[in-house]
Amino acid sequence: MIHNVRTHISQNEALLFERSSPGKRAYQLPELDVPPVDALAALGAGNVRAGIDGFPEVSEVEAIRHFTRLSTWNYAIDHGMYPLGSCTMKYNPRVNELVARIEGLAWAHPYQPEALAQGSMEVMARLEAMLAEITGMDAVTLQPSAGAHGELTGILLIRALLEKRGDPRKKILVPDSAHGTNPATAAIAGYAVENIKSTETGLLDVSALERIVDQDVAALMVTNPNTLGVFEENIARAAEILHAKGAMLYMDGANMNALVGIARPGDFGVDALHLNLHKTFSTPHGGGGPGAGPVAVKKALEPFLPVPRLKRSGKRWAWDYKRKRSIGRVRAFYGNFGVLVRALAYILAHGGPGLRNATVDAVMNAVYIRKRLEPYYDLPYGSPNMHEVVFSDARQAAHGVRTGDIAKRLIDYGFHPYTVSFPLIVHGALMIEPTETEGKAELDSFIDAMISIAKEAETDPQLVKNAPYNTRTSRVDEVSAARKPVLRWKGGEG
Amino acid sequence: MRYLPKSDSERRAMMDACGIDSPEALFAHLPAAARLGRALELPAGISEYEIVDYFRRRAAENANGYASFLGAGAYNHFRPVLVDAVASRGEFLTSYTPYQAEISQGVLTAIFEFQTMICQLTGMDVANASMYDGSTAVPEAAMMAARLTGKGKALVARSVHPEYREVLYTYAKNQGMPVEEFGYVPETGTLDLEDLERKIDGLTAAVIVQSPNFFGVVDQVKAAGEIAHRSGALLVLIFTEAVSLGILEPQAEADIVAGELQSFAISPSYGGPFAGIIATREKHVRQIPGRLVGQTTDSRGNRAFCLTLSTREQHIRRERATSNICTNQALIALMATVFMTVYGKQGLRELAEQNLAKAHYLAGKLKPRFAGGFFNEFAVRLQGKTPEEANKSLLKKKIVGGLPLGRFYPELSDSMLLCATEMSRRPDMDALSEILGLAAR
Repeated sequence: MIHNVRTHISQNEALLFERSSPGKRAYQLPELDVPPVDALAALGAGNVRAGIDGFPEVSEVEAIRHFTRLSTWNYAIDHGMYPLGSCTMKYNPRVNELVARIEGLAWAHPYQPEALAQGSMEVMARLEAMLAEITGMDAVTLQPSAGAHGELTGILLIRALLEKRGDPRKKILVPDSAHGTNPATAAIAGYAVENIKSTETGLLDVSALERIVDQDVAALMVTNPNTLGVFEENIARAAEILHAKGAMLYMDGANMNALVGIARPGDFGVDALHLNLHKTFSTPHGGGGPGAGPVAVKKALEPFLPVPRLKRSGKRWAWDYKRKRSIGRVRAFYGNFGVLVRALAYILAHGGPGLRNATVDAVMNAVYIRKRLEPYYDLPYGSPNMHEVVFSDARQAAHGVRTGDIAKRLIDYGFHPYTVSFPLIVHGALMIEPTETEGKAELDSFIDAMISIAKEAETDPQLVKNAPYNTRTSRVDEVSAARKPVLRWKGGEG
Repeated sequence: MRYLPKSDSERRAMMDACGIDSPEALFAHLPAAARLGRALELPAGISEYEIVDYFRRRAAENANGYASFLGAGAYNHFRPVLVDAVASRGEFLTSYTPYQAEISQGVLTAIFEFQTMICQLTGMDVANASMYDGSTAVPEAAMMAARLTGKGKALVARSVHPEYREVLYTYAKNQGMPVEEFGYVPETGTLDLEDLERKIDGLTAAVIVQSPNFFGVVDQVKAAGEIAHRSGALLVLIFTEAVSLGILEPQAEADIVAGELQSFAISPSYGGPFAGIIATREKHVRQIPGRLVGQTTDSRGNRAFCLTLSTREQHIRRERATSNICTNQALIALMATVFMTVYGKQGLRELAEQNLAKAHYLAGKLKPRFAGGFFNEFAVRLQGKTPEEANKSLLKKKIVGGLPLGRFYPELSDSMLLCATEMSRRPDMDALSEILGLAAR
């Protein structure tokens, strides 16, 4: 029984270009208080364009209706549970939006004099210190723009340290359960990638690691808890093996929501890790970004952090650009400051005890889902899980229903799907991460929906395979989209 | 805690269902040595009021009530009210990357419109759904050119934003990509094409130029493109001031356009988050990094949109992906889309004309250092005072002056870069030129 949703009016809406009509406008500029300039004379005849072909021309009312109608076609956390595994879709507190828009912060220019940017710098310094405490690391850079950017920064730091020791080495080890960004990052950083097969219990194979690690290995990139949501119990041993051979341990911090206040990467041998502020620290995903991917490191890597670094100069903060061993910049300016403000607001709201309580609730929610769904879905790995749980579609596949079908059917019940077909080590994976910001009622509703779908898969598999039914857009033909890409509006069609 | 929705009795019921008697049991399987045996050394949580108060105090420690003439990659443009009205809608703000197309048509449609408008502005055939920012788009464009040409070297103009070049070096070093710089003509501020001719060779994959360049000068993109193409290299065109696209002719010689959209209603926010783009020719689409939205149909035959060509991307191709990028800047791209919609065809042109007029008014009182035509930024050379000293006097009048150029160009240590936009008021420009006029040549 579907009880979370029923249908309501959903307006159709054309593309802006189809709505346009010459002469319509949604703007008014102030009267120019200086003499106009002849563009042709100022810029040269060949440099001035005639017009912008096809650019929209709509009124203000049409503009706001357009985007409001579009918005109603989107599912969001504000609608309900969004249990995407590894994505940590938690509530985005609105006070964070408010403080990021305070004029003195939002309108701070990156090149305004340091004396007139002390507030921004203090915010960054405070966040650096708090993230260092949360991760148990010695130093933090806030510069990277997102998780994968943080990974790249972290691997470049490791490369720089090894280079200084005389040999940058040749390869990075990545478990087969890793996020796709890990191997892609290693390649961008100029390393060969060697995959390590997970053990039968889905964990890092420490004995394989012992065999593989040699003078060519620069680092192991590991996610902890891993993508099954399982804490890597031999992580400290892995660190020892790597360190004994002069290699480093890099941790993908995508799953830090399982650890904050409970365990710190710095205490179990990690040399560098990135955090996803848009996951663990609640900054909004916004349909795919912006994020922020600060990198926390141990002392040995600190001299190599990107420039500039914050430093205390008397009573003031200053930017230090003179750091000879730095890997250089990974982006312009200092980082996604607006995202950093939101993350700090989140940490301040929770405080130390609150952050730990959030972790407890996040893990409790995932364990609860596991307990309740275990009778209905195959659990390929039995180790205790933390903040997320991974089932497989093995039982439903017997009826021809796959994880992607179950996901689409879940939409009809009023939920966003879980992460489909990841991690790759689980065939037909259903990766579920509820986060701490779901209450018991919402969890129960989700669980009921999953149980109901499991039954549908047995009794009426076709029902599940053709879902969703209640959306304004039915199943989308992604194959044709890729075969004959139409990536912009060209007029005439649709 | 107000962000945790469960009551204690609900927690108890859940623990009962899980067969545990305390929350600690959830972590019993962790190795003891890995556990944090104490509380985090962080203060206790605070109220909403205290949070707002804390950030208001920090904001008060920044510049407030100053007129500013800083540009150099972050511009002071008005943000139409509709931008935040749309971007604050929870449906956009609190959604994830639109993998599930059936319930993500809102953001997918907006990104499709975004891609279309970026193509219309740049004259390119395809644009991606955004990059982190303009600076990181540069190495991504250089690596893309290397894949397309099968060559490895990048030649970058010194008139490209200095911090963008620094980012390029960081990436290139580890890609084994040699990067060489070529200069600008000291009189005009435009590309030193002879220097480019001297340095380009058969190994060059990309010639990277910016227009308007870092000095605000509209550069000789066409000539650079011809030189690049003669050697079998691609021309990568950078922009940092997107409002210039409202008036400048799209450059047909460019093979890849990489730029920064901060000018399109993205607040400067001390340097981020911004949004970059990469746009290119149809034939290069399989090598473009980042997300792409494409048009298709649903099973009922209605027009629909979805993420596409994802076989280029890290989650499918892993170490063989075109880039390691996962996050884009969807919400920022949405803000830019609303901005472009509000101004539209006519408004973006008028806005660009106002910027041109303001900057030329200011420049009329202060002789620009370079003779090349400029959009809304220009360099001035000071006499008798260093730019830093001049800025100090300006601060006393509540004016943040220009960016001293010596920091990035030792040979220009007597000069500063000034920017005027539609937000620059005539009395402030008069005050600025009066103080600088005493020092400017």
